[in-house]
Amino acid sequence: MKQLDWTGAIGTVLDPILIIAGSVLLLAFIAQMISSFIWMPSAEVIGAPTKRNPTDNILLVGKIALYVVIGVVLAYIIGGNLVATESKGIVERIFTQFRPVWLAMLLILALSFLFKSKLGLYGKILDNKLGLIGLCVVMFWVLTAILATGLCIGEYCTMPIVQYDELQQISGMKNKKPGWAVTGEEGQYYLLGGDVLARDVFSRVIVGSRTVLSIAPAATLFAFMVGITLGLPAGYFTGKLDTTLTFIANLVLAFPVILLFYLLVTKDIVKTGIPMYLAAVLFLFPLIFLTILLTSKFRTRPGEMALYLGISLTLGFWVYLGLTFNYDPLGLNIFSMDPNTLNIFVSVVFVNAPTVYRIVRGLVFDIKTRDYVAAAQTRGENPWYIMLWEILPNARGPLIVDFCLRIGYTTILLGTLGFFGLGISSESPDWGMTINEGRKLLSVFLHPAITPAIALMSLVLGLNFLADGLREESLRD
Amino acid sequence: MLTFLMKRFGVMLLTILCLTFIVFWLTNLAPNLERLAKTQANNRMTDEQVVSWLDARGYNRNIFIKYGEWMGLVPGWTNEINGVQAGRCIRAGETEGPKFCGVLQGDFGFSTVSQEPVSDVISRRLSLTGWLMMCTFLLMVPMALIVGIAAGMREGSRLDRGLSTFSITTTATPEYVSGVIFIAIFTSSAVGLKWFKGTATSAADEITFANFTLPVVTIALYGMGYIARMTRASMAEVMQSQYIRTARLKGVSFKGVVLKHALRNALIAPFTVIMLQFPFLLTGVVIVESLFNYKGFGWTLVQAAGNNDVELLLGCSIIAVIVVLLTQLISDIGYVFLNPRVRVT
Repeated sequence: MKQLDWTGAIGTVLDPILIIAGSVLLLAFIAQMISSFIWMPSAEVIGAPTKRNPTDNILLVGKIALYVVIGVVLAYIIGGNLVATESKGIVERIFTQFRPVWLAMLLILALSFLFKSKLGLYGKILDNKLGLIGLCVVMFWVLTAILATGLCIGEYCTMPIVQYDELQQISGMKNKKPGWAVTGEEGQYYLLGGDVLARDVFSRVIVGSRTVLSIAPAATLFAFMVGITLGLPAGYFTGKLDTTLTFIANLVLAFPVILLFYLLVTKDIVKTGIPMYLAAVLFLFPLIFLTILLTSKFRTRPGEMALYLGISLTLGFWVYLGLTFNYDPLGLNIFSMDPNTLNIFVSVVFVNAPTVYRIVRGLVFDIKTRDYVAAAQTRGENPWYIMLWEILPNARGPLIVDFCLRIGYTTILLGTLGFFGLGISSESPDWGMTINEGRKLLSVFLHPAITPAIALMSLVLGLNFLADGLREESLRD
Repeated sequence: MLTFLMKRFGVMLLTILCLTFIVFWLTNLAPNLERLAKTQANNRMTDEQVVSWLDARGYNRNIFIKYGEWMGLVPGWTNEINGVQAGRCIRAGETEGPKFCGVLQGDFGFSTVSQEPVSDVISRRLSLTGWLMMCTFLLMVPMALIVGIAAGMREGSRLDRGLSTFSITTTATPEYVSGVIFIAIFTSSAVGLKWFKGTATSAADEITFANFTLPVVTIALYGMGYIARMTRASMAEVMQSQYIRTARLKGVSFKGVVLKHALRNALIAPFTVIMLQFPFLLTGVVIVESLFNYKGFGWTLVQAAGNNDVELLLGCSIIAVIVVLLTQLISDIGYVFLNPRVRVT
């Protein structure tokens, strides 16, 4: 067999069901929106129960179709893992490659549902349909990034998800269609085809998730540290400090992002050391945040303060020196970043921090008028204690939601950087970069560009759904 | 009102000054200048030759003096290069020029790549992007408002959930993803639906439905979701207010409440958001113009940055910054006019 079909043996039964149920679902989705203009669904009418109307029937049909679609997808995942290798199509083989991810997801979800009531906001997300979908998608990609090339504990390793090295080129596989048999290897296929340099598209997309998922959350976290450390005093003290900081924030925000990237994220700029200086300033904020956090809490207990502050600052400075200056006093070099990655990282933090600053500042303006803040002020608490231990915990809801959204936004930014070929080396499997490479031949070969495009979209969509679910659940109480 | 305007205008000028200086500084960094010298003169120059080339053309001086020259506050440099009188204000082939030539004199400099004045390049490209922006706005704003209002009028309803999911999906799909998917589906020979064209290069001469639809839809879709969500939030808030309840209890029909009472109040917040969408649209324009090869402002910006065409890049960035700041100013003033509860004094 030279080329695999999209679905194998189980597909002959499942494909027609999926197509029918999928189209019914889509039609019902559109129909319910139109018909709910005319007849309100009886579940949404407050008061006396009304008669069943056409909208209710459409909703019922849609619900059944949705469950059928979910069932078929699950059947593909389970069946795809169980049937014999010869009768597998592309879809079943891909699902088989993801086996470690499915098992890990199953374990995590089972544990989460078991201890749902004890997990706070995370537990509540499991009750929210959209939030749960988002959570599953995000979890899928996080686990994929972790398990991409197999994770080893001692001698026991998980099965790698990738089939080939992301840089390995196999002759004769250039621009081949999905499911093409690898030349010279029996029973091996490029599941999602080969790219213009005859590399496996599937493996590249899987490894590419690592770049995104290692930079995006960390950069967002740093942006939050900067934004919180500056936004809290600006909102609390106001006055000149607020005016100055807000002016600087607006300055960065008025800068078109793409222009900033073109000026800041180039190979030449690394030579001037600007990213390093920027990192030296921006990476200092988490340390400042930590110091203020601990000193304001343990002000009355100097002994404990010295202990906690000593431990965290020693560790903090170790990481700081490693990340910023690539210098490790112990010579271990655990924390280091290559100059290009540092450049991207710093630029992304720099772009995101002012927005976070404005959000935090706005929240502080709102929260500082509350009674518990007035009570703390009357007690004579230190202003920093009030900011970090009274105001900040009460602003956590909107901040967590924005954190999720912002990771998605950062993912889009990283993709934009890759799309314009800025900062990342040209061989990297980064999604934006791969899309840019693939688009040149888009009119003939779709798969090299479409695959990373869908991967990126699904991850951002998952994060947005998760954020929306979190927003709904945190507003509920 | 006048003091408010003056103050805002002053801040805006200060912002423009700071931002242009930052761009100026970043484009005039040593490695960039070295690259410029090598692309302009000879790729195999030695380090000394680079220094002397830059010295002769006034690049190796204090950044503030150079910035003053560019602004038109400091007289432009003059020097003799290979026996020919040259200077910042002297065009090639001429021997004399004005004393000052900078932005204040209306001279944005000379593009080293396309060999023509920057103002000519930018005005031509900007008009092309203007068409793209206009079509995008004509599609995006009405759609976003309709979606947002329909979703927000009954919060939590089926319609709301459906439309909100749709707007979340569009915000999660950046232009380079949706654009690639659209090109794949509607233009490629692999799928076979050749409804539109995959490039918009020909739209520079004549805009047709076939060559302009995909770029416009791609930008509009990404920007739409955000406006729609903001409109939804604003509409949902208005629908819960006291006066809407009063109107309902008086017996006004739901349609009447939405159209007569809620709509106008709900549109105040989205106005600000629509105006603030401009900076985001700019990134979208750059991506879409590169993707569809439409030679407008965004495409020029990419070219200028890629070729280190310093003066063109500076010209582009000053235009971009002014557009962003002007829209912010308009959104602030418009907000005051639309919302009688806000007083500026």
